[in-house]
Amino acid sequence: MVKFLRIAFFALVVRPVLLIVLGMNVRGRENLPTKGPAIIVANHNSHLDTVTLLALFPLRDLPRLRPVAAADYFLKNKLLSWFALNIIGILPLDRGGIKKNPLADLEAALDRGDILILFPEGSRGEPEQRSDFKRGVAFLAKARSETPVHPVFMHGLGKALPKGSFILVPFNCDVVAGAPFKWEGDPKGFMESLEVKMNALASKGHVQPWE
Amino acid sequence: MEIIDGLSNRVFWAIGAIYGLLIFASIMVAVLKRRSPGEATTELSRRVTSWWFMITIFTIAIVTNRIVSTVFLGLMTYLALKEYLSLIPTRRVDRLILLFAYWAIPVQFYFAHQDRYGLFLTFIPVWMFLFFPMAMTLAGKTEGFLRAVGTLSWGMMITVFALSHTAMLLAAGDKAGPAGGAGLLLFLVALTQFNDVAQFTWGKLFGKHKITPAVSPKKTWEGFLGGLVSTAALAALAGPYLTPMPMHWSAASGAMIAIAGFLGDITISAFKRDLGVKDSGGLIPGHGGILDRVDSLTYAAPVFYHAMHFFVFGGRI
Repeated sequence: MVKFLRIAFFALVVRPVLLIVLGMNVRGRENLPTKGPAIIVANHNSHLDTVTLLALFPLRDLPRLRPVAAADYFLKNKLLSWFALNIIGILPLDRGGIKKNPLADLEAALDRGDILILFPEGSRGEPEQRSDFKRGVAFLAKARSETPVHPVFMHGLGKALPKGSFILVPFNCDVVAGAPFKWEGDPKGFMESLEVKMNALASKGHVQPWE
Repeated sequence: MEIIDGLSNRVFWAIGAIYGLLIFASIMVAVLKRRSPGEATTELSRRVTSWWFMITIFTIAIVTNRIVSTVFLGLMTYLALKEYLSLIPTRRVDRLILLFAYWAIPVQFYFAHQDRYGLFLTFIPVWMFLFFPMAMTLAGKTEGFLRAVGTLSWGMMITVFALSHTAMLLAAGDKAGPAGGAGLLLFLVALTQFNDVAQFTWGKLFGKHKITPAVSPKKTWEGFLGGLVSTAALAALAGPYLTPMPMHWSAASGAMIAIAGFLGDITISAFKRDLGVKDSGGLIPGHGGILDRVDSLTYAAPVFYHAMHFFVFGGRI
């Protein structure tokens, strides 16, 4: 039943809204993973980022797609937490917890063959301005070094629905997916190479200043 | 004002003729593709496929009833404005003002649908023109004010105001001659799009002398004049059937549509070149965005409507 609701939500709400109210220019669609396990790394501007990324995949892939999201934000009340867990299908992550291995759930999901969606900026931050990537993604890539990492750059959704606003203003959005790569070297080198790849993708999108 | 929704048989026959032309073009492109397979012909066939979709959507919109047609034209305008606002730099503080810009579309198309000439003519050039700078002033950020108000006002005029003239043609209804307002709309849209294709084809075959190398390097005098003559000739045939104009006036309005269409095309090109983009979007495979497809119409629609209004109907539509 919940599975059905999730598919219905994406087929009947998310996709029409993305098609008519927003409008996606997707480049490099062939670079998106067709099967799990895989890690998608994207920049974060808006709540719409997650549903947009999910909507790029065929509906049958939905059960495999797990956006990783902050437990303290999305599980703070019952309704939001039901929606986040069941409809969006998030994998809650404890930020600043004292667990032995905070990435254990993520590693387990990858072992099950899921496709994880990660926003290493940690929070949406200032819309359309990228903040530094947190290094957790490097440790996850290291722990599962055979899993491909897919960088995805998104632009425009932060204009349509920025942090702190509930009013959606139509804008076309760019999504640029880059070629997947795998863990090598050390965490610092990995983060630097991820940064370079994201900048290269950003330069392919049509980004206008928004201040 | 009473407007009757009945659609003349002439509109259906004209649409049939358009499909005839489309089938002919599809066969030509298929033959070309077989003779010289490659990126160029693949692109061409992608374009023709998109034409099938666009013409079919347009046909359904125009033959259903006038409300559906007007809503369709409004939706097309919305997509054009959205593309425009997504391409230009905007300010965070103006987010909600942009939402008002979108809401101006249903209002403008409602005035057109009701055939309220005065409101239709003043709503955007006067009221929205005054409203945007006022709202931006009250928002209280002066940095980038002139750029924001200038780009928004121009965008509203070139997309919403210009394209809403198509709905105004529809509203002319039975007063508009043998095929009604729908006949006028079909005459304008079909000739504008035909002119684009004709200019492209003549340019590809014989193009040598560039018209505007700095703005649109692919546009040539040979393409422009070939398009002009072809469009005028087609207009001479279609005009007496779809509009109240005799053959020579039809040919003249065909030429006018060709010139205005060309100017609209290069104006949108200048705007895109300034922003450093090639296509305004990726909505229509082989064509680019919606703004790339309606660029000629942004000039052709107002010019054709007002020429009809003053010279043919003497202010009666």
